[in-house]
Amino acid sequence: MTGGVIQSIDYAAVAAPLVLALVAGLVLLLDAFLPARPGGARVLGLVTLGGLVAALAVVAVQAVGGGTRRTFCVPASLGGEPARPAAPASCSFVVDRFSLVIAAVVLAAGVVVVLLSMTEIAAGRDAGPGERSRIPAGEWYFLLSATLAGAVLLPASRDLIMLVVSLELVSLPVFALTALRRHDGRASEAALKLFLVSVVSTAITLFGVSLLYGVTGSAHLDRIDAALRTAGDMAQVTAAAIVLVVAGFAFKIAAVPFHSWAGDVYQGAPIPVAALLSVVSKASGFAGLILLLTSALPTKAALWAPGVAVVAALTMTAGNVLAMRQRAAVRLLAWSSVAQSGYILAPLAVYAVEPRAAVGASVAYLVFYAAMNLIAFAVVLLVARLPEGHDLEAYRGLALRSPAAGLSLAFALVCLAGLPPGLAGLFAKVVIFRAVVDGGLGWLALVMAANTVAGLYYYIAWTARLFAPPAAGESRTVSTRAAAGVAVAVTVAVTVVFSVAPQVVLSVSG
Amino acid sequence: MSWLPIALVAVPLLGAVVSAVPAVRDRAVAWGIAVSGVVLVLAVALAAVFDHARPAGMQLQTDRPWIPGLGLRFHLGVDGVSLPLVVLTALLTFLCFVHLAGHPPAGGRPAALVVTLLVLEVGMIGTFLALDLLLFFVFFEVVLVPMYFVIALWGGAGRRAAAVKFILYTLLGSAVLLIGLLVVRTQAGTLDMVALAGRHGSGMARSAQILAFLAIGLGLAVKTPMWPLHTWLPDAHTEAPTVGSVLLAGVLLKMGSYGFARIAIPVLPEGAAALAPWLGAFAVAGIAYGSLACLAQRDLKRMIAYSSVGHMGFVLLGFASLTPVGLNGALFANVAHGLITGLLFFLAGAVKERYGTADMVRLGGGMLRRLPYIGSLLTFACVASLGLPGLAGFWGEMLALLGAFSPAAGLSRPLFLVFMAVGGLGTVLTAAYFLGMLSRVTHGRVVENVPAGPLEPPGPPVATAEGVREVLSEAGEGAEPVEPVATGAAVAALDREWAEQEIARASAVAADEGEAGATGAARAHGPGVADAAEVGRGRRPFGDVTVHELAAWLPLVALIVLFGLWPKALLAVTTPAVQSLLGSGVAP
Repeated sequence: MTGGVIQSIDYAAVAAPLVLALVAGLVLLLDAFLPARPGGARVLGLVTLGGLVAALAVVAVQAVGGGTRRTFCVPASLGGEPARPAAPASCSFVVDRFSLVIAAVVLAAGVVVVLLSMTEIAAGRDAGPGERSRIPAGEWYFLLSATLAGAVLLPASRDLIMLVVSLELVSLPVFALTALRRHDGRASEAALKLFLVSVVSTAITLFGVSLLYGVTGSAHLDRIDAALRTAGDMAQVTAAAIVLVVAGFAFKIAAVPFHSWAGDVYQGAPIPVAALLSVVSKASGFAGLILLLTSALPTKAALWAPGVAVVAALTMTAGNVLAMRQRAAVRLLAWSSVAQSGYILAPLAVYAVEPRAAVGASVAYLVFYAAMNLIAFAVVLLVARLPEGHDLEAYRGLALRSPAAGLSLAFALVCLAGLPPGLAGLFAKVVIFRAVVDGGLGWLALVMAANTVAGLYYYIAWTARLFAPPAAGESRTVSTRAAAGVAVAVTVAVTVVFSVAPQVVLSVSG
Repeated sequence: MSWLPIALVAVPLLGAVVSAVPAVRDRAVAWGIAVSGVVLVLAVALAAVFDHARPAGMQLQTDRPWIPGLGLRFHLGVDGVSLPLVVLTALLTFLCFVHLAGHPPAGGRPAALVVTLLVLEVGMIGTFLALDLLLFFVFFEVVLVPMYFVIALWGGAGRRAAAVKFILYTLLGSAVLLIGLLVVRTQAGTLDMVALAGRHGSGMARSAQILAFLAIGLGLAVKTPMWPLHTWLPDAHTEAPTVGSVLLAGVLLKMGSYGFARIAIPVLPEGAAALAPWLGAFAVAGIAYGSLACLAQRDLKRMIAYSSVGHMGFVLLGFASLTPVGLNGALFANVAHGLITGLLFFLAGAVKERYGTADMVRLGGGMLRRLPYIGSLLTFACVASLGLPGLAGFWGEMLALLGAFSPAAGLSRPLFLVFMAVGGLGTVLTAAYFLGMLSRVTHGRVVENVPAGPLEPPGPPVATAEGVREVLSEAGEGAEPVEPVATGAAVAALDREWAEQEIARASAVAADEGEAGATGAARAHGPGVADAAEVGRGRRPFGDVTVHELAAWLPLVALIVLFGLWPKALLAVTTPAVQSLLGSGVAP
């Protein structure tokens, strides 16, 4: 009978988040006990990088092994009110294709973010002789590893508690990371904004979760689904619960009407954190949202799908309109990533018609988006190290001054705009257009078409700036030898592969 | 499986990639000529290998899966509809490079321009060869960014706004086009154009066909352009550099009209039948609007741009008739317009280069006396464009009107007779504005209300667009009408090697000095023909045009005459293909 009382844990299934958690602890210990040497921050960065690569290897092995691994399971005899002995056990942690894809995206993005962090931390050390502008490396990498552990845990979570806990594990360290550049007023303000928004959204999510639990009597997603299929008398409470839970996640992915924090927070945060927010946080938010909507609430698709469609349309429109007038590079990317959230969200609106294709399209777009957005952030980090480097004017003639950085950024921008030669972006757009058209949402497709044009307006203006003749006396080049240069190279290589052979993405996500 | 279509796409692509190599970058224009020359040879080889006995069938096909997840196949092939356009594209691109060799771009950075034009060529040829809806879309999009940069980096004074307008407009069109293509895929379950055209719309509901035709037609109509979606075109054409205008008018517009012939009409016959009256109405509105707008233009390039709106209106009218005759006319007019308008933009560029302006009022009259070669070529091109029988411009428009005279069975004949009447009026207006322009610019007396100053010696080489603009504005502002800044000496300098240019400059300076005392005498001789011009002319056999210009223009002149006198050369290729595209169901 022990099996029913003591859970057996499949450590192979939880290996990836476990590795990250251990690395997080290791980094903290190393920081405390290693003698303070100039290269110390670098060592910590490399250790974190090693941990991420190890976790990626675990994910790769699990993917090659195939199949689905489950752990933290509760047999059907426990929990559910009417004991159904025939029913399968409900598991809180499931490693399947969906979770592996998201984990791989998050970890690969994590590698890039660590590379960017190494440059950022080195720059902080070079710039300020005193302690004031220095970023504490140990804390930084610890928090980063913790966030990534949460982000890997989240797509594998299959009950509400796990979902909320891992979502918080993604969010909480980011507040600290944002504020870690002490004595920077904007960073503190950004951290505070992010904290308040996030706490409110968590509260809303928790309220929705509690209602869902109240309605269905279970926290496991599969049991919620089963309960909703039978129970019919509490439709209004269920609807309220769905709205609240979705609203909570909408904060995380910066969807309208919960998008307004994005601009200030991205701009105030150190650029690696902005990259983290725009890719890792966003991927986790989407993973959670997709899990909740498709695993727990598929029967209510008729209820939530129209809402998702409207939110997607509003999000892409608002993001694009706000991005048009920006003068600062990071702020522009912030709003553009809000717009991209809208595109990722759009296929989910046809879930009721084409469930598999809808989720596949969203995930595929997310993967393409992660690769191309990270190029942009990596180059922005390099340029931001120049004086006045945050302004878009600093990019004038970049392709002539620093061809590698300039051309990489140009490639990323045309990808984000969805035009050749950025074929990755073009195919990403085709994927979501196809899902939406197949699902019969013509109006949403038209809104997307208009938004593609609106997005092109600012992407192409920025791209044109890269090739414009530089301002008189402007001959500064950016150094691509830093770790961020490696990040640019890696992300460009990945995006080029995605452009030539998008099937790589489509076959894993579909 | 045939390597020719693949090579046609791959060679310019590889050429663009290799252009980044520093050793090649220094001789970029020569490299561009070489690559585009190879492409032209390949295109001619394609035309030679092409089985002219059965132009209706798709030939030299390559069909490989590329992205199974999207159902996208790398499917290329050529038939009687696409073959002329492929050859036209290869030819015009090659001629642009030849022109570029003698006339370095005003914005500097020739290597970058070469890369851009080669990528542009990939997109243009790929569009005409693609036989998969999504592959067509991909190539359709490839041209956007390069053309944007051609306008935005090497264009005229208002280039930034014109470039943005161009790319936003056309992207809006292609986004709508994508929706239409996906609707076709959803309804028919395949992206293969050959299979889709073979079905002639069977298996697709009428409502879905109308919807898809609307979306695809709108997308293509922006590119073609159809009135009232043409507003990007005048700005883009006016601001683009000469090679940009030539390719834009000569090839890019054809991508839109080709889409009608390849996708919209054969794949969606019921949708086409339902919307053809609207297409025809907008087409003739475009014809009338284009010609009226031309009458009001002062700028030569802008006038040619508006004339494109009118000419493409004839192409669309031919499509709207849904008859083999009309489609044939449309395809013929397509190619003819590519040749003639390409030549016109080359000439307009040459005029602008010499006078520093393309403003017809400031050009004054008497170009035939001042610049006899350019003046007579301009006359020839204008006469060809207004549709003089015996030149290429005539047949396409006549056949399009003939198509409208007896439209396909399901269409209202009286309506199309009205369209034909309006179109016929358009031809008269076209003749009016071209002849009006000629009488203002090429003929007439040389207006000399300001003293014709000494010929400016060719200044120091200007590296940037700004520099050129300054020089031009210096040359242009004061004088009204302006003198050609480069009748003889400057042309000679343009034509000669870098080292020789010094000699030319010296001789021009010497001419200046000699002229100082004899300005009055020189003026008495008339239109700015100074000693320097004589010096320049003495060294070159081609009067007021350079070797590169002549090399770029003469093939176009020859083809215009050839297709004018022997239209069957083109019609023999397109007729069977058109009949198979329309199928038996729609053709009368």
